[in-house]
Amino acid sequence: MSTASHSKAAVAFIKDEPRTDWHDETLWFVREKRDKAAHGVAEWEQLREWASQIKEHTLSNLDKYLTAFEEKAIANGITVHWAADGKEHNEIILEIIRKNSIQRIVKSKSMLTEECGLNEYLHGKGIEVVDTDLGERIVQFRDEPPSHIVLPAIHLKKEDVSETFHRHLGTEKGNNDPQYLTEAARQHLRSKFIESDLAITGVNFAVAETGGFVVCTNEGNADMGAHAAAVHIACMGFEKMIPKAEHLSVYLRLLARSATGQPITTYSSHFHKPRKGQQVHVVIVDNGRSKQLGRPDFRNSLKCIRCAACFNTCPVYRRSGGHSYHTAVAGPIGSILTPNIDMKANADLPFASTLCGSCSNVCPVKIDIHQQLWKWRQVIAAEGYVSAGKKTGMKGMAFVLSRPALYRFSGKAARWFMQVFPFLFRSKKMNPWYRQREMPKPPAQSFRDWYKKNKTA
Amino acid sequence: MKTGLFIPCYIDQFYPGVARATMELLEKSGCKVVYPLNQTCCGQPMANSGFAAFSKGCDKNFVQNFSGVDYIVAPSGSCVLHIKEHLQDADEQKATYIKQHIYELTEFLTDILKIEKLDADFPHKVGLHISCHGQRGLNLSSMSELMEPSFSKPERLLGMVNGLQLAKPKRSDECCGFGGTFCLFEEAVSVKMGKDRVREHAANEVEYITAADTSCLMHLEGILKRQGSHIKTIHIAEILNSSKA
Amino acid sequence: MSVREKILAAIAANKPALTDLPVVDLQQVTNYEEPVAKFISTLESIGGKVYELQAIQQLEQQILQEKEEGLFVLDTFAGMEDSFSAWPATDMEPIHKAYIKGSIGVAENGAVWISESQMVNRLLPFVCQHLVLVLEKDKIVSTMHHAYRQVNTFEEGFGVFIAGPSKTADIEQSLVIGAHGARSMTLYLLDTK
Repeated sequence: MSTASHSKAAVAFIKDEPRTDWHDETLWFVREKRDKAAHGVAEWEQLREWASQIKEHTLSNLDKYLTAFEEKAIANGITVHWAADGKEHNEIILEIIRKNSIQRIVKSKSMLTEECGLNEYLHGKGIEVVDTDLGERIVQFRDEPPSHIVLPAIHLKKEDVSETFHRHLGTEKGNNDPQYLTEAARQHLRSKFIESDLAITGVNFAVAETGGFVVCTNEGNADMGAHAAAVHIACMGFEKMIPKAEHLSVYLRLLARSATGQPITTYSSHFHKPRKGQQVHVVIVDNGRSKQLGRPDFRNSLKCIRCAACFNTCPVYRRSGGHSYHTAVAGPIGSILTPNIDMKANADLPFASTLCGSCSNVCPVKIDIHQQLWKWRQVIAAEGYVSAGKKTGMKGMAFVLSRPALYRFSGKAARWFMQVFPFLFRSKKMNPWYRQREMPKPPAQSFRDWYKKNKTA
Repeated sequence: MKTGLFIPCYIDQFYPGVARATMELLEKSGCKVVYPLNQTCCGQPMANSGFAAFSKGCDKNFVQNFSGVDYIVAPSGSCVLHIKEHLQDADEQKATYIKQHIYELTEFLTDILKIEKLDADFPHKVGLHISCHGQRGLNLSSMSELMEPSFSKPERLLGMVNGLQLAKPKRSDECCGFGGTFCLFEEAVSVKMGKDRVREHAANEVEYITAADTSCLMHLEGILKRQGSHIKTIHIAEILNSSKA
Repeated sequence: MSVREKILAAIAANKPALTDLPVVDLQQVTNYEEPVAKFISTLESIGGKVYELQAIQQLEQQILQEKEEGLFVLDTFAGMEDSFSAWPATDMEPIHKAYIKGSIGVAENGAVWISESQMVNRLLPFVCQHLVLVLEKDKIVSTMHHAYRQVNTFEEGFGVFIAGPSKTADIEQSLVIGAHGARSMTLYLLDTK
């Protein structure tokens, strides 16, 4: 796969310009809400620094924290599983389902399960999972992946949701009122929670000190499932670990403000021991994370707390949509995480950026995202995943630009051609620049020419 | 104080007026300006495309041309940032000196020359575009994402220009979409970003859009011209160097 | 080597050099002059309703009246029968309103900490249609840092910070109060003086 993927998808997205504007403005609005929330915390930049340092320390001692977490969790009655990759993660969950003769499954938002393709896997085994986060249920009905890790249906208008709910829930055709639609989803999903045998959740933070974990939601769907079902499986990438309960204060102050501009999510649920008679399982997943940990330039991407602030600020994401990134986790963070998992398939993603640096500034844990994007480009080029044409072009450019006389000659020639044969550059097919922009006007003299004529003796 | 004038390749070839304005501005401010005649390119286009490994020739040429000056100044935030972050040479001492003494024009005027007033006239309404690499990379101005006191080196200098009316777009520091080879390989997104910037400036009814980076201006100008807009682009050096004469 | 051992070995081999844990200095964080006022305004801005109370007995009349009207109302501060903690979800579903006492309130975000022993049944604060919390005024602290210093959130098997009613903005960023959890959240601030 060449660098065509994201750019091709982006072209299709932008074709509907008014819709692109709507998508861009909606996400910019979320960025503005984040700014407002951050302005309300005088020590905001200090918080980011603490959050970054705590995660960096944790990564440098991660094996010890994981074993401490596991020990405590087991002592508390939680079963801990380890999965090397997405396949093993899915198989572990399948085994638990079969062992307990589970029929009805509800799942709250877990990007990890999305990454592992859990729903598709279970569907292949004849097992259906009901996604209960409103945005996720909407895209599940539509048979599409989420386009944003916090706001899964942000690419959809209320008319789209209305149409989907009319088809799947029998709501009034043409009733686009978000309140009406949300109520319909509440009624539809309520019985699913109450009757569930298994609740699958994600993990926002796992606490090594106590063997417990925290799940944050606004809707209450994680809790509605977890406290009703006889079995609760919590899935986590191993980088979700933090050392102590007190560190939750730092992350819970940053997470919702960065994600949606709220001071905190409605629910921050601290799971410590199973309720009486309940089974709780935690599945700890690697899936390329230990490999990323071993890459000095990229290991800090594992600090990510999945807030999506980088998505909301990214001018490219806002104008191309999450589906253009063809991965579970899109946006700037996805572009530095996914080449590690499959470089060939995701070689285009680090190039889907102008390296403007806004993402790094909004990241609550100070991941140097834009610098990692640049560094991934070097790795991808070195591994041979940049098109041969581009490589040859760059080689040629380097050859010319490093030789003063040749550089001057080429510059003069280019200007001459542009002056005398402007139509050569006016092919929208051959010259991407010219599709929607005029060419710069070529001056008769370069600066050097002028300088030599006027400033040297 | 010998100041080496670093003129980025595309400015040398396509926007010599910007180079001339930069040179004159520095001379007016009392610098002894030296223009190394064999300079070419900083190597950024290759590096940003993943081929920093191909930039060795450009690096070597850069160090050869720019050793022996006290400071190096360029009318380009992105090129200066690239040199600061990525310049490498067999002679590490020379390369380090360069990286520590290279400046973008507005930061040089502000931090080194400490300009307090300018003899400049530009009685027009001007929209300010904040170029990303200069802002977030060189800290030429405060960033909207960070909780920090507000400041802007380019804006402060523009405030010294007689008759100039400054207008800021709604999204003060969103990227224009040029992004190097991005402007060709992600043309649709690139142009959409540029069009959105232009729309915000047009809403302010400006006569000119200015920035500290010609790459941004070249991209915006291409869009403006295609739209048949009367708005012109002008590099900040040309404004700061303008006079009634 | 088991999967577990393989993963841990990979992490041990690949992790960076040890760095220090930072010290979170309470002097550097926000300390509100009037945490109660801040708590009230924040909770109201996120959809909660706040009333002041001098004694918890003042609620008894209201609770009694609601029960007499036939509403399925539970108040946990009077104490619940042992079996309540084990009520299945089907028995919990019809609960109309729940009254629960919280232990600590956080001014910066309007959150209230409720531990398992206070809710008795873990599903209660989520499944009820309307949630009513009671909190002593002097239990309000400025920030989450202060809260975590005052309460051991992993002392019991489960606990939760609840900030307002359940909500979602998943449909075109339109805020809707009342998603899957409680549709409304009312807080009675107990002035124990």
